[in-house]
Amino acid sequence: MAVELPMARAAPPRAAASEEALAAAWTATERRKRWRRVLLPVAGGAALLLVWWALVAILHVRPFIAPSPLVVAITFYQKFDMLMANLGPTALEALSGFVVGNVAAIVIATVFVHRKHIEQAFFPIAVLLHSIPVVATAPILVLLLGNGLAPKVSIAAIICFFPTLVNMVRGLESVGAQPMELMHVLSATQREVFFKLRVPTSLPFLFSALRIAASTATVGAIVGEWIGSQVGIGALIIQATYNFDSALLYATVLCGSFFSVAFFQVIRLIERLVVRWDVEAAG
Amino acid sequence: MASSTILARPAQAAAGSPAVECRDVTVRFISERRAVTALDSVSLTVEEGSFLTLLGPSGCGKSTLLRVIADIVKPSSGSVQVQGKTPAAARRDREIGFVFQDAALLRWRSVLDNVLLPLEVGGRRELRPGSMGPEALLALVGLAGWEKALPHELSGGMRQRVSIARALLGGPRVLLMDEPFGALDEITRDRLNEELLRMWRETGTTIVFVTHSIYEAAFLGQQVLMLTARPGRVREIVAISLPEPRRLALRETPGFVAQAAHLRAVLESC
Repeated sequence: MAVELPMARAAPPRAAASEEALAAAWTATERRKRWRRVLLPVAGGAALLLVWWALVAILHVRPFIAPSPLVVAITFYQKFDMLMANLGPTALEALSGFVVGNVAAIVIATVFVHRKHIEQAFFPIAVLLHSIPVVATAPILVLLLGNGLAPKVSIAAIICFFPTLVNMVRGLESVGAQPMELMHVLSATQREVFFKLRVPTSLPFLFSALRIAASTATVGAIVGEWIGSQVGIGALIIQATYNFDSALLYATVLCGSFFSVAFFQVIRLIERLVVRWDVEAAG
Repeated sequence: MASSTILARPAQAAAGSPAVECRDVTVRFISERRAVTALDSVSLTVEEGSFLTLLGPSGCGKSTLLRVIADIVKPSSGSVQVQGKTPAAARRDREIGFVFQDAALLRWRSVLDNVLLPLEVGGRRELRPGSMGPEALLALVGLAGWEKALPHELSGGMRQRVSIARALLGGPRVLLMDEPFGALDEITRDRLNEELLRMWRETGTTIVFVTHSIYEAAFLGQQVLMLTARPGRVREIVAISLPEPRRLALRETPGFVAQAAHLRAVLESC
């Protein structure tokens, strides 16, 4: 029947034996390519570490200015428990801010899409607020909300909020004219259009915002801790800097980065599981 | 005046009321500081079970006419009846199936779930007794075994097959098709043309099919309704008489060539 079904590739004019050899050669090439994809970045990273080490050693950089990578690694190992104890609050603040900021953005985007005049009244204000650097608002929030979890969570939430709001509005409105007409011909209700058409259409947009939010929420929590906080990665960064403890400073930064990368990768993994249909996103 | 009656095919002549009836339908759009008359008092009658093609240059309002019948566009004046009801009532009663130019499949749904969409929205959860189920429809459009595939795994022609199966779920009496094969390659298009005639014979559905291809219009339609552009008016209704069932080879016969030449001549005189 259907001639346009994806048929087998045109048979090569070769014997079956040489076809097997070709297949084996192809597999070998693929395997080599895969190894190269893993090994080359590792080699690149190792080379950079080596350059860092060499520079510190050759130029006799004093340890409180910049430590050698070995010293950082040792510090990371020795003070692991202390680093983790400080990562805990930061992670909690980043995750809470992530949830609060994104949920608020999704809810408000939903309202905007259904009530055009509310969008027209508030969307320009949202864009304006977005252009205020969050680092500048951090002291205001600390003054307003005290010195506990609240200001840090708020800063992380505000950082997440705007990119998600903008992307979610765009995603919910990116439904094509023909799918909307289809829903009309099927007499679908507004609720059905929202859940069966708008929400799935917006998911790739949402996830690209969530990936950014995973990194920026961590930044928000750390910046919040810079101002008069006793615990957390941000507080530790300030303390280590004032104590000229550069090894601890580097180890702390490394610790925060690991968390941020892990957070990002978890969101990416969830995206791959949820948005299976989007070829560009999956590729 | 553009008021013409389209004859039913002989086998269905006794079926009664027409499937679609438009009386003096006028559609005006306001765009960029000027009013555009897309359709200007168009009247037509499509008998139950017949196959009508709408042919005309782009921008002549053929798609608008189809959308008026489907209750997507409201006419500025004039009246429309589908299966003896208003278009809105016909839409709610699922008398109408619509096939879009770009298939309009939902990318996150499998082939089967796309076909099942009409049972999930619009307050309808069950098939009308006697109408074909999703598996039977996928077999009808030649996609048995592809239930679990996602749209991006299909070719353009296969996607359009899925959208035809979806439009036929629930057994609509009128199938409206808006240049469904316009974006496909010629080989696929020819094959789907022939298969569409087979589906039409097997389901007995009334079909109104928009195209800008003279050959497609002549090969598929029992009647071809030609519209002039800006404003869209009925130019002429041409009855196509060809030996049934029509096969692709028919298009090389002198009879077909003569019909196509006549359509071209009418179009050029617009």
